[in-house]
Amino acid sequence: MSEQQLFKVTIDNITVEVAPGTTVLEAARMIGGDVTPPAMCFYSKLKGSGGKCRTCLVEVSKGSEKDPRPMPKLMASCRTAVMDGMEVKNITSDRVKDARAGVVEFLLINHPLDCPICDQAGECHLQDLGYEHGKEGTRYEFNRRTFEKHDLGPYIQLHMTRCILCYRCVYVADQLTENRGHGILDRGDHAQIATYIEKALTSDFIGNVIDVCPVGALTDKTFRFKNRVWFTKPVDAHRDCDKCCGEVQLWMRGEEVLRVTARKDQWGEVKESSKGGTGWICNECRFEKKKTADWVVEGPSMVNRHSVISQGHYLGMQQPHETIAKVMGRAPRLLMDIHEVSEVNDPSVDLSAIEGPATGATFKKEKSKS
Amino acid sequence: MGRKLLLEKAHIEGIRGYDVYRREGGYRSVEKALKTMSPDAITEEVKKSGLRGRGGAGFPTGMKWSFLAKPEGIPRYLVVNADESEPGTFKDRYLMEFIPHLLIEGMIVSSFALGSRVSYIYIRGEYAWIVGILEQAIAEAKNNGWLGKNILGSGFDCEIYVQRGAGAYICGEETALLESLEGKRGNPRIKPPFPAVKGLWDCPTVVNNVETIAAVVPIINEGGDAYSKIGVGRSTGTKLISACGNINKPGVYEIDMTISVEEFIYSDEYCGGIARGKRLKACIPGGSSVPILPANLLLKTAKGETRYMNYESLSDGGFATGSMMGSGGFIVLDEDQCVVRHTYTLARFYRHESCGQCSPCREGTGWMEKILLNIEKGKGKMSDINLLWDIQRKIEGNTICPLGDAAAWPVAAAIRHFRDEFEWHVENPEECLRKNYGLANYARPIQPAPVGEGAGTA
Ligand SMILES: Cc1cc2nc3c(=O)[nH]c(=O)nc-3n(C[C@H](O)[C@H](O)[C@H](O)COP(=O)(O)O)c2cc1C
Ligand code: SF4
Ligand code: SF4
Ligand code: FES
Repeated sequence: MSEQQLFKVTIDNITVEVAPGTTVLEAARMIGGDVTPPAMCFYSKLKGSGGKCRTCLVEVSKGSEKDPRPMPKLMASCRTAVMDGMEVKNITSDRVKDARAGVVEFLLINHPLDCPICDQAGECHLQDLGYEHGKEGTRYEFNRRTFEKHDLGPYIQLHMTRCILCYRCVYVADQLTENRGHGILDRGDHAQIATYIEKALTSDFIGNVIDVCPVGALTDKTFRFKNRVWFTKPVDAHRDCDKCCGEVQLWMRGEEVLRVTARKDQWGEVKESSKGGTGWICNECRFEKKKTADWVVEGPSMVNRHSVISQGHYLGMQQPHETIAKVMGRAPRLLMDIHEVSEVNDPSVDLSAIEGPATGATFKKEKSKS
Repeated sequence: MGRKLLLEKAHIEGIRGYDVYRREGGYRSVEKALKTMSPDAITEEVKKSGLRGRGGAGFPTGMKWSFLAKPEGIPRYLVVNADESEPGTFKDRYLMEFIPHLLIEGMIVSSFALGSRVSYIYIRGEYAWIVGILEQAIAEAKNNGWLGKNILGSGFDCEIYVQRGAGAYICGEETALLESLEGKRGNPRIKPPFPAVKGLWDCPTVVNNVETIAAVVPIINEGGDAYSKIGVGRSTGTKLISACGNINKPGVYEIDMTISVEEFIYSDEYCGGIARGKRLKACIPGGSSVPILPANLLLKTAKGETRYMNYESLSDGGFATGSMMGSGGFIVLDEDQCVVRHTYTLARFYRHESCGQCSPCREGTGWMEKILLNIEKGKGKMSDINLLWDIQRKIEGNTICPLGDAAAWPVAAAIRHFRDEFEWHVENPEECLRKNYGLANYARPIQPAPVGEGAGTA
């Protein structure tokens, strides 16, 4: 594309030049940082996605060079195409901040907030959104919405109460599999993901719904309750696969492969594969290949420094200094030392040095040795 | 007595059938249009008439038609919106039931103007029996050469099909309607693209209300200029109003838009006054989505001028002190009605009818319903009223389709004008279960409000 065809767009006073057809959200992602609106439903690799969650609303304060009128309503940046000379306000607009706080609140009022038992915790976009844009308390005083259990078969675990109805999984099934076996049933706040007549979702690329689901509504049944993601070590690996690109991330604990996922980029979307196209992976790679021997390990994955998953994966990390003794002139006083009553999590056991996941036996054995 | 253009002949014995309809001058507009006019000339006539969409938004119909994209080799469609599910609105039903050929006639002329060879009527699922009436009318029209191939030797082919909805209010929203017509889940589309460019099966499409299309018949028969002289200002022609609630004579009335609201409610020609000798408390003048007004703001504007039954006058004062013409569903509440309960009922409707695509509407409508039920049941808190205000404010304008706004406005208007009634509910948790707040000050003449006070969210 030649230079003169580019459109100039200014977002929060930062100007970029982008190709026509680029959305405001994509332009903001090129700038990066805080200027990028959060996106819970848009997924650049899924056609037709976006426009639904309304977290990415921005104010268009100047429509374009030709038609400088501001747009009266806040616009979903993920579905608004850039015009030449457009000016957009994201974090510099009080209207946007106010509306976004509202959207975050709406998304959370019926969310179960069962993060302590949710497999998505630590890699959940709703957690990030709540952390960055939410309030500390809730104004919602009613019972949260619940649904009847709906079984999706041996691979995929559905927790409908956590779903934010982003429709991404519907687009995955439409665009990556032969036949969409699930969809949205009913409407409004009782709308739900379901297969209507209970039926297993097993078509070849359906596992990708797990990767696109921003929350813990769709999780990997073969990984269920196995471990918290931040205790695992993600490594990049590949294998020869005749169905997909075979380029994955293995989530390991010691030598054990606990989970296989596609590789993600900085926006949490599945990365491009080195062979071209999006790196979606097939069900076989995801669910059936759980031995290290199945894979050629390339090395540790890059993990965003801000992610909780990066904890414990640094080399040469410095322990924070204990300051209480300095300030108070005495050691910290504990009401009860957990290690006096429990063998579990004995500090003398180096968790990252042991083979495989830690169990009660690990601690007993180590203790009797010492 | 005002002129009637649509329902004048609706009660002639047998007018539902083709023979009587034709004998009474039916299908003249098709003859005139197809034999003597070009499609553009018809659009021009509709523009001149000043006709505004009767489905709720009041968008000028001629302008909408002229926006229709006309790329070579791609079909265009006319879709008639007969989904009519707005609480309080039942005018299209009346027209289709009593004088179905008027709609078919209007559709043939409009299809010719727009170049639509296949046109659809998307009808509300609950209007099951009307489907048969319309299909009968279409068959009769076809047998008599008004539909099918080469109509009146003009070279224009046209077919009309009726498609029944499955009982969702949201399928009245034009893009949800198109999705549903295509056989998909009725979720509103994200605009742009607008239907005029990408509508049914991605082809340019015009969606118009039943009454809008029926009004094309008198416009062609009498000419756009003559039509524009009926009514006042930008409210031209006649309007069907479905009146209901606590009035003596509920029903569908065709009005010319020069009569006052007071005349409409109290004269024997129309609603015949408030039922059982009660006093007027409030009214929703344009279907459940538009702001409710207390009696004092309904009959007179904030400036103290008489309010008339037309687009401009009903919206005089903006949302702070006015309302909207909307879809013409005129709901009257007498002094025995409880505004809190009424608002709760509407909130329950919108919660049930939200498609659930966007978070503010999906979650906000349910939340508002729950809070309103609490207040209605005497379990509310003072802070709930401000909370409600804040919730509706965060829904309005932030959603994909106007249903979000339609859910927010009734709540906003109820709090704006009837806040003391909400407070009374909170302060008298037991009494509010036994009796109503009554008329209070809502009918007392108001002092003109200083500019800016009570400014709404609009
Ligand atoms: C939630 C919702 C429901 C609607 N229902 C109807 C309806 O039942 N009938 C109708 O004619 N228009 C309805 N509309 C308005 C349509 O979207 C559209 O504006 C109208 O059909 C255009 O026709 P007109 O220009 O002739 O008014 C609805 C809009 C919304 C947002
Ligand atoms: S299950 Fe997950 S991916 Fe599917 S709609 Fe719900 S939140 Fe989105
Ligand atoms: S505003 Fe409500 S009805 Fe309209 S698209 Fe959003 S959720 Fe659906
Ligand atoms: S990301 Fe734009 S609306 Fe959801």
